[in-house]
Amino acid sequence: MRRLYLFIPLALAVALGVVLASGIGRDTSSLDSALIGEPVPAFELATLSDPDGARTPDVFRGQTQLLNVWGTWCPSCRVEHPELMRLADEKGIPIVGLNYKDNRDAALKWLEERGDPYSVTLFDPQGAFGFDLGVYGAPETYIIDAEGIVRYRHVGVVNEQVWRETLAPVFEQYRQEG
Amino acid sequence: MRAFCLLALLLVTLNAAATSATYQFESEADRERFRTLTSELRCPKCQNQAIADSNAPIASDMREQVHRMVVEGRSNDAIMEAMVSRFGEFVRYRPQVEPRTWLLWLTPLIAVGVGLIVIGVLLIRSSRRSPESSVLSEEDRQRADALLNGSPRDD
Repeated sequence: MRRLYLFIPLALAVALGVVLASGIGRDTSSLDSALIGEPVPAFELATLSDPDGARTPDVFRGQTQLLNVWGTWCPSCRVEHPELMRLADEKGIPIVGLNYKDNRDAALKWLEERGDPYSVTLFDPQGAFGFDLGVYGAPETYIIDAEGIVRYRHVGVVNEQVWRETLAPVFEQYRQEG
Repeated sequence: MRAFCLLALLLVTLNAAATSATYQFESEADRERFRTLTSELRCPKCQNQAIADSNAPIASDMREQVHRMVVEGRSNDAIMEAMVSRFGEFVRYRPQVEPRTWLLWLTPLIAVGVGLIVIGVLLIRSSRRSPESSVLSEEDRQRADALLNGSPRDD
């Protein structure tokens, strides 16, 4: 019985090892949005194609949608673009674009050259709405439900695998609820 | 050579003062507040830097917002809260004390407490053991009994 006490340090070391090992390889660079479960912050923004048309969070009402934050200055957005085209064209996923800290002409040219996967693209040259949304690096992709509540955020490139394994299950869940 | 040294020194000093010097403040107290806040806010992009010394675009946006709010006269707590509501608890270098973080804050105390208990138990044991270790053998005990009682028990 006494001798069993000798194993306590070993057990503690193993427990510590397990805790630390579980952290290895975990991606700490992408953070959960602080807005999960909260409504999209208030905004009034022009769209890329229409400098005079003011849009409000009402664009997120009615159906579950993706909100994709992008800019022509962002190399990963280039990588991501074909997947967004596929989602919009083949899967019919509604995507709202947020053109973040960008130049209108460059952004329009980008969409003309590569195709436009967005139902509407909000134009946020100063990044004011992006800031309220907690955007800290493009590309970011949010799932926003039919009530305009933020449900999920993915930081980084959306590719086929990310869509299939991460975004699609959440998206379908809220689409069915909505 | 001397001029070069001076220049190098100047550049280093300038660099250190750059963050708060590029912003205008009404008072030294505000400047100090800005310095404290930007060193306690963590950059979400480059995660091991405070926004005070990060070059990430988001860090400079955050500095700008902190500056705006400091100049507007908002309290430190309100400014922290504004940042946390957008970027999450993550941006606090100093986590708040709340049920979720009790374990975090209490771990040092718990560790010291456990250490004290272990030391206490060891001390008590060793002080108990010292008389016991000189315990008489069975034979000696009988002899002692015999000597103390004068004669073997017969009652």
